[in-house]
Amino acid sequence: MHDIAKHDDSKGQYFWVWGALLILTAVEVVLGYKQVFSPPRMLEVLLLLSVIKSALIIGYFMHLKFEIALMRWLLVLSVVTCFIIMYFFFFPDADRIIKLGVQ
Amino acid sequence: MEHDAVHGLPASAHGAADAYEAPLFGAYSKKVGMWLFLASDSLTFGALLFAFSYNRIYTNPWPTPFHAQSIANATIMTACLLSSSLTMVLAVLAAKRGDRPWVRNWLLATMVFGTAFIVLHGMEWSKLIGEGLSLPGFASILGVSKGAASGELADISQNIPQFPQAFFGLTAMHMLHVTIGVIYLGVVAFRKWFLPALAVIWIAAALLIPSGNVFHYPVHVLGLGLLVAAVVLFFKPKHYDAHDVEVCGLYWHFVDLVWMFIFPLVYLMSTKVS
Repeated sequence: MHDIAKHDDSKGQYFWVWGALLILTAVEVVLGYKQVFSPPRMLEVLLLLSVIKSALIIGYFMHLKFEIALMRWLLVLSVVTCFIIMYFFFFPDADRIIKLGVQ
Repeated sequence: MEHDAVHGLPASAHGAADAYEAPLFGAYSKKVGMWLFLASDSLTFGALLFAFSYNRIYTNPWPTPFHAQSIANATIMTACLLSSSLTMVLAVLAAKRGDRPWVRNWLLATMVFGTAFIVLHGMEWSKLIGEGLSLPGFASILGVSKGAASGELADISQNIPQFPQAFFGLTAMHMLHVTIGVIYLGVVAFRKWFLPALAVIWIAAALLIPSGNVFHYPVHVLGLGLLVAAVVLFFKPKHYDAHDVEVCGLYWHFVDLVWMFIFPLVYLMSTKVS
């Protein structure tokens, strides 16, 4: 099986990633339930934590970290570009609404 | 015997290895195909999540109906999915070692976690609907019994329909993906022996779920899954190898990944502090 992503296949690293994901989830729950931040700031913080969690899942569990650079960059850049285009569709109006006072 | 790195063919097999181009992405075609599918599916979920965020911003006040019990339930669901990702990656490792019994064990563990997620989510839906959270289509299309006519969730359904629309739309789409994932894992783990088990689960669920429940008709997705799995297994029977396990693992991790955004956006941003 030469073409399965080659990397250090120790089980330990997967348990570490799993533990980190559970801890990050616990942090999210505490932040969300205690309502530590205002809603817009909370959205930013939770999204940041979600992006970190998704990077761990994509990088380690889905092994993208161990694929060749061409595949890595092409997939990530194409999806991120589409999300940026969606962002430009949605968020200028969302920003206008926030400035109107909606929280 | 020395093997061709790309196709697993013997290198000396009449020069067959030379007849194929080297893969552009350094990976076999099934894996590239699954990555492309996941990229397109991420745009589907991305659009839904952007729409949800937009709804969230322009609706003032946004309902915050999720009490401690709902948050605890959703946290357990999240832990189930994260644990299922761990067992999935262990199945991939076992597949690389060629350890077929452990591949099956880890895939079965992944299916159990996935099924636990679906059951918990179904119970959460039923509870919310019973308390009055509803959409017009539930009664007319799905024949769902009406929940509480008054109360916090009934008021939300009446006055802020964006909330149930966004909540049910996003979570139903995700639940469908998890269900398809569990069936996919069952096919890879047990092949044709999975079909009778799936048939029994489908029939039992169809008989046990009462007619007023929101899942009374959607449970027949299992029957559709059974049909598709039967067609695949009977028309193209094969022994699923390490590549197949890795590819179905990609799908499963993606389902987990999407939930990492749905959980904070849908649940934690709508938490009610008692």
